[in-house]
Amino acid sequence: MLKTVQGKAWSKYLLSLPPMAYLLIFFAAPTLIMLFSSFRYPGEYGGLAPWLVQDGGQWTFDLTLESWQRLFGTDIYLRLFVKSIGYAICTTLFCMVMAYPLALMIARSGRKSRDLLLLLVILPFWSNFLVRIYAWMIIFSPVGALTRILNGVLDLFGVGPVTLMYSPTAMIVCLVYVHLPFMVLPLYANLEKHDPYLLDAAQDLGAGKWRRFWLITWPLSLPGITAGSILVFIPVLGMFAIPDLLGGTDGIMIGNVIKQQFMESRDWPFGSVLSMVLTVAAVAVVLLGSRLSRQRAGMSGS
Amino acid sequence: MMAKKNLLLTVSAGLVYLFLYLPLVIVVVFSFNDSKLNAEWVGFTWKWYGKLLYNQEMLTAAMNSLIIASVSAGIATILGTLAGIAMHQYRLRLLQMLVLAPIAMPEILMGVSLLVLFIMVNMTLGLISIMLAHITFCIGFVALAVQARISSLDPALIEAARDLGATPWQCFREVTLPLLMPGILAGALMAFTLSIDDFVITFFTAGVGSSTLPLQIYSMVKIAVTPEVNAVSTLLMLVTLVVITVASRLSPAIFRGE
Repeated sequence: MLKTVQGKAWSKYLLSLPPMAYLLIFFAAPTLIMLFSSFRYPGEYGGLAPWLVQDGGQWTFDLTLESWQRLFGTDIYLRLFVKSIGYAICTTLFCMVMAYPLALMIARSGRKSRDLLLLLVILPFWSNFLVRIYAWMIIFSPVGALTRILNGVLDLFGVGPVTLMYSPTAMIVCLVYVHLPFMVLPLYANLEKHDPYLLDAAQDLGAGKWRRFWLITWPLSLPGITAGSILVFIPVLGMFAIPDLLGGTDGIMIGNVIKQQFMESRDWPFGSVLSMVLTVAAVAVVLLGSRLSRQRAGMSGS
Repeated sequence: MMAKKNLLLTVSAGLVYLFLYLPLVIVVVFSFNDSKLNAEWVGFTWKWYGKLLYNQEMLTAAMNSLIIASVSAGIATILGTLAGIAMHQYRLRLLQMLVLAPIAMPEILMGVSLLVLFIMVNMTLGLISIMLAHITFCIGFVALAVQARISSLDPALIEAARDLGATPWQCFREVTLPLLMPGILAGALMAFTLSIDDFVITFFTAGVGSSTLPLQIYSMVKIAVTPEVNAVSTLLMLVTLVVITVASRLSPAIFRGE
């Protein structure tokens, strides 16, 4: 391993302390504060009420389980989570189906063209997130060409006009669009490492094109698929901008309700409760993913 | 050999590329369209770009975005470089976790938890709070870019410098740092674009009068779809395109999902 800074025990602290301190203050601490906020009362004018109150010369804690009870009191929020997970699963599956041919094609092209093809996948991903949503608002707009052509065709079959905007379809298309590169990149990184002689050997032994894919390429690519799925699933689960702009009333996801609690209804404790549930869900997905990849590494004996 | 072209594969990959680019092409094309509706091509015009020059809110937002992105990228680059070197050199589980977790968590969580933190310490939401937030999510990306660069270097270079009598500090300044520079610069450019593009975290940590370009686009888009948004979007894409192309030249490895 390359030692960039030689010797000296203090250099370890000189290097690691500043970023560590920054992230402890601005990442770890806020998460803990949020956990704590979920047990506080909402403030009279939004925000949070004091958690330590003086009552006749005595300091007492003013904490409550109310917000957590509200979460489990009805099935509204459970359904909301199930719906959000449903959107995340759908998006992940579509991304998988679309990313696979692309990643495979890039991995199998010549060394020189690979970098360019890959850059072409990444470029749209670096254009602004809102611009990419906005593009689909134009495409799905009721006056847009797509809606008019679709309704023209539907009219021939005597089916009434449909609107694409503010529908679950519009939302999923946009969710897939925004997150596709997250699936392509890890999948490509995996496919690129496959030994081409495995496929040659299988061909020599008489395996057809699809059989070679199902028995060799697909199982070997599972670690890439797992990594990509995590990278797609988690951001979709916490999404609020796409449902906000394209989803309409049916498209509300957990992120929208969190945003609503913090910005509009200003019930911060309940917003904190929902955020904690989302945190736990995201951590669970990461842990599940790393467990899966460890198991697989164990099976292949490496 | 397997170099035989698979037609089905090429065609389906081509369609996916079309899916990736068509929406953006539509945005750009309609930014030159002489019609208020983004529906039909009417004729070529520059007027939407001209209108931007007189849109005071938009200009202020663009200025804010630039200031925030420059300061955040600068500080995140220093902290991220330190983190990247430390992560490579020592097995620090806590640092590793702190650097990677913000990248893995949904953005909205970082947004709302920072909002709660800033309000708790009675901080006025504005440019400073946005910068503090942007630095938080940029550190990880810089650290990964620097780490990727270190792992690609030849350890013998440092050993040679030491054998030739360089002190540890000389060695770091004269050998290691210049070798790491492409990774550091790529990380800095990435941090700059991430900051200038961020919407979600900015949405929660911005106050009155500290609007950025993405926030401005959001509030315009919420009301109506107008070609003026296409024009800003096109300009924003152009900026990102230039910065990212430069960054990918400097450090191709970090853009391969490695």
